[in-house]
Amino acid sequence: MLELRDITVTLDDFSLHADLTVPAAAHMAVIGASGSGKSTLLSLIGGFLAPNNGRILWDGQDITAIPPGQRPVSFLFQDQNLFPHLSVAQNVGLGLRPDLRLDRDQQAQVSHALAEVGLSGMERRRPASLSGGQQSRVALARILLRARPLLLLDEPFAALGPALKSEMLQLVARIAGETRATVLMVTHDPRDARSFAPRTILIEGGIAHAPVPTGPLLDDPPPGLRTYLG
Amino acid sequence: MIRRHPAGAIIATLLATLILGTLAAVAWQARGLSGLGPWDWQAVRFTLWQAVVSAILSALLAIPVARALARRRFRGRAALVTLLGAPFILPVIVAIMGLISVFGRNGALNDGLRLLGLPEISIYGWQGVILAHVFFNLPLSVRLILQGWQAIPAERFRLAESLGFTPRDRLRHLELPMLRAVLPGVWLAVFLVCLTSFAVALTLGGGPSATTVELAIYQAFRFDFDLGRAAMLGLVQIALSLGAMTLAFRITIPAAFGAGMQETHTPHGPRGWRRGADTLAILLAAVFLLWPILSVTANGLPRIAALPTEVWSAAARSIVMAICSAFLALTLSLILALAVARGNSRWIESAGMLPIVASPLVLGTGLFILLRGWFAPQTLALPVTVAINAIMALPFGLRALIPAARILRADYGRLAASLDMRGTARLRYLTLPRLARPLGFAGGLAAALAMGDLGVITLFAQEQPTLPLKLYQLMNSYRMEDAAACAILLMLISFALFWIFDRGGRLA
Repeated sequence: MLELRDITVTLDDFSLHADLTVPAAAHMAVIGASGSGKSTLLSLIGGFLAPNNGRILWDGQDITAIPPGQRPVSFLFQDQNLFPHLSVAQNVGLGLRPDLRLDRDQQAQVSHALAEVGLSGMERRRPASLSGGQQSRVALARILLRARPLLLLDEPFAALGPALKSEMLQLVARIAGETRATVLMVTHDPRDARSFAPRTILIEGGIAHAPVPTGPLLDDPPPGLRTYLG
Repeated sequence: MIRRHPAGAIIATLLATLILGTLAAVAWQARGLSGLGPWDWQAVRFTLWQAVVSAILSALLAIPVARALARRRFRGRAALVTLLGAPFILPVIVAIMGLISVFGRNGALNDGLRLLGLPEISIYGWQGVILAHVFFNLPLSVRLILQGWQAIPAERFRLAESLGFTPRDRLRHLELPMLRAVLPGVWLAVFLVCLTSFAVALTLGGGPSATTVELAIYQAFRFDFDLGRAAMLGLVQIALSLGAMTLAFRITIPAAFGAGMQETHTPHGPRGWRRGADTLAILLAAVFLLWPILSVTANGLPRIAALPTEVWSAAARSIVMAICSAFLALTLSLILALAVARGNSRWIESAGMLPIVASPLVLGTGLFILLRGWFAPQTLALPVTVAINAIMALPFGLRALIPAARILRADYGRLAASLDMRGTARLRYLTLPRLARPLGFAGGLAAALAMGDLGVITLFAQEQPTLPLKLYQLMNSYRMEDAAACAILLMLISFALFWIFDRGGRLA
């Protein structure tokens, strides 16, 4: 269970307040107008941004001061999710050990994870020789291996076409199901929110509101969100 | 939650302490301006005068060459422009050997003058110092002014053509405004280099009419062993550099030509006599720059194999020192660049740029004053030279590494943090592979500069000379054939070191 307790963060003339709870293994959409603070919320949870005050708890344990890589979190960014100078296997292997000293067993795990996302035999390729969808799969294979209980998606599939994007979301749902992970997914597409996330965190007016059921929210959005969705 | 990285701050502090500390040692040792005699003031005057004249000559002579290169296309143009960058890593003493072989007593120029029954000219004295400075700085000036020319958008030239501009109109409306913006910066860059000139003054200057402050420091230190006077002169040198740097803040005016589409265009250079003038400018510049080097190569290359063993051992010593210096410079500048890229540390960048103000001879004098109680000068010579050469290469390393480190952090900093890549894992799998190119380039510069340096080493050792010092000793004992061979060996090693590092960075 993820708890944001009375979090405030201020950046220049922007500020965000959050006081909410996300239950374990929930799939949650994060929705709001451009610049409302969706990425800021994820950065706070991921540890790239320190709150001015308030605390972040995971399963009752305070993680506010823990550096990003040691949090119970896997993060998929909008872009730059792979190192272009490392092979596919190395990129995935980083999920097991950041120093890449993998034993035979761990190497087998890497190959297995790649097979799981449909990339068997691609171990030695470089990211540049893969398609956009395949690159996303590599990043997902790494998430599968890291098996962190909290998965943060900051619109990583925005550059993919609609069909490919929903394929990726299904893959995310499968991986999250296997690892029983809690997922927070930033999106600006109401269809993604409906299909992937039963509940949604709405960010509006500098506040990240407590999760509400996705369907009713989108059927009758508050005025700010209505303008944004059009 | 934000992890602390003290390494950058520690190194910047050490660096600032070292440079400012040696300055303080020098200042403490100095006896006040009363310690300076008329000779010393003559050195100050000469330093300023030769720097002013060298800078004016380099900048003015560079204009026709840069214009010709900007508006003509010919075979070998790209090679020539690349070659213009070579003097940066060409050891000063090698170029001096080249100039002596053309302009010296037995050089081609004086042979010609004798044949015509004209009086000989001497390369020793102020004219030699200025000649050498123009030789080094003309290429730099041409490159800078050429950049200015190429920064004028092609659209402007096309517009000028469609409006039927004559070459004169073009000069007035396009080229003069550019030159007005670029030339002060070019002049200042050359002036700064000439202000701290040591090796040129040591070999071609000397005497009351051609002694620079740096040379006077060396003489006070080495011949009179008058530390107080050396220190005082060191302070004067620092004051000169600082004065010039404050000038730099006022002078750099950016050119106000809007941005243009970057399309490759073939310039239409004017026909007629101007075509001939351009050809002549390029030819003269190429001959002036290549002849000395080719001449000393022709003299020296066949004799390399016959060089005495002490030259080879000096070469080996220098190579080891240059490589140590390069790796030291790389380590320091990488740590500093990563710290600067993390963003909260303007002062770290300033500390890394401090060596621009510090002259190597002043640093050497200061270190000697600080360390003389503990070590014999002979044991200090080589380590101090390695350290000072590494420090002097820092600004160049930082200039190459800081932008690359910023990009690296912006692109992959969060990903690496989210995967908990730290310490050696991050260095090995992220930093080194992504920064290999600028690291190789910076390492190559540092190695070549250290290899060719004839500076602080002259203060100390004579029994264990570096290759440039050995070359200087050969010149002083008039073994000019061995000296020519030694010069070519030094040049080849310097270029090879640069090439190996730079290439290594590209292939990594």
